[in-house]
Amino acid sequence: MLDTIIEGAIAFMLIAGGAFAFIGSLGLTHLKDFYMRLHGPSKTTTLGVGCTLIGSLIYFSREDGPIIQELLITIFAFITAPVSAHMLAKSALHHKLKPDPRTRGNPVELESEKPKHTVEEAPQGDSPLP
Amino acid sequence: MIPPTRWLPMPVLSLLLLLVWLLLQQSVALGQWILGGVLAILIPMICRPFWERQPTIKRPLKLLGYFFRVLGDIVTANVQVSKLILDPRGRMRPAFVEYPLTLKENFPITILASTITMTPGTVSAHLRLDGRTLLIHALDVADTKALIDEIHQRYERPLLEIFES
Amino acid sequence: MIDTALWIALALFCAAIVLNFYRALVGPSLPDRVLAVDTMYMNSIALIVLFGIWVNNKDYFEAALLIAMLGFVSTIAICKYLLRGDIIE
Repeated sequence: MLDTIIEGAIAFMLIAGGAFAFIGSLGLTHLKDFYMRLHGPSKTTTLGVGCTLIGSLIYFSREDGPIIQELLITIFAFITAPVSAHMLAKSALHHKLKPDPRTRGNPVELESEKPKHTVEEAPQGDSPLP
Repeated sequence: MIPPTRWLPMPVLSLLLLLVWLLLQQSVALGQWILGGVLAILIPMICRPFWERQPTIKRPLKLLGYFFRVLGDIVTANVQVSKLILDPRGRMRPAFVEYPLTLKENFPITILASTITMTPGTVSAHLRLDGRTLLIHALDVADTKALIDEIHQRYERPLLEIFES
Repeated sequence: MIDTALWIALALFCAAIVLNFYRALVGPSLPDRVLAVDTMYMNSIALIVLFGIWVNNKDYFEAALLIAMLGFVSTIAICKYLLRGDIIE
């Protein structure tokens, strides 16, 4: 009985992980502009991989005691995914990729023609630079 | 939380290093404790000049509560984004939102930006250093004011209490 | 039950990697391609972990950890390059 429940949990985790990762990649493929594409991989794929790792963790803990080192990859993935998403968004803004026409709000970063500074070098405010 | 001393400039980092070492080695033998302990003291001492000032965690319990809230929000966020992606009509209302920060220190801002990226429909895109605003891209937002208010109430205020109160 | 789930998950992850590959080939801009490769390494982590379950060997976890670390560092390095590349004229 308990075995069936545990097996069911593993199977659920694996399939949920696969489904989330697939949806994330689908978003990457068919959304309109870069900023929208960023949402799929940064959230959905991370959770998909996390689910798969937890499924694998339960699978291997079943036989010989708890093995929690796979949790390291999960934590690592959840810490690093926002950072790389942020960096990618920043480089996209720097390259001035056009957002979808439906997008409301136009940030200063996309307006000016010539990039004068990056964040690392000098502060950049709302006021137009000289 | 734990006051830094001369031998342990960053106590939390040292503890984390020891924990990760034991997890990687998968054993709690005495030798691993000693080796991990030596590494946990040596590594922070060597790389100390590269680190910024460590933030002080004023309320560890609140941090735990925040962690679980974010964990719950990650799951709802994923269901929401999956729905939006799978919607065949593709009804999305993307927007760039400028979020005014009230946090002052770097580390809490980093945590806030990461939280915003992992939670419903928003990715933090750019941090302006002087204006103290965070540029956010949202996938589907009806009212930008409401979004700013929600982020402020739900995430920034707890962080303010935990780190800077 | 686990076998079936394993096959379904493997198929889904392989399909995800194919989609990423499409975006990496087509992607109109450089950040698009970087994003596609970034997603691809995340998916390959899961693929390796699933393979570990398939052959019932938990040592594959270390390969997955290595891919996670190298992938993150290389993504950040490429982003830094994209951010700075224009500055040095």
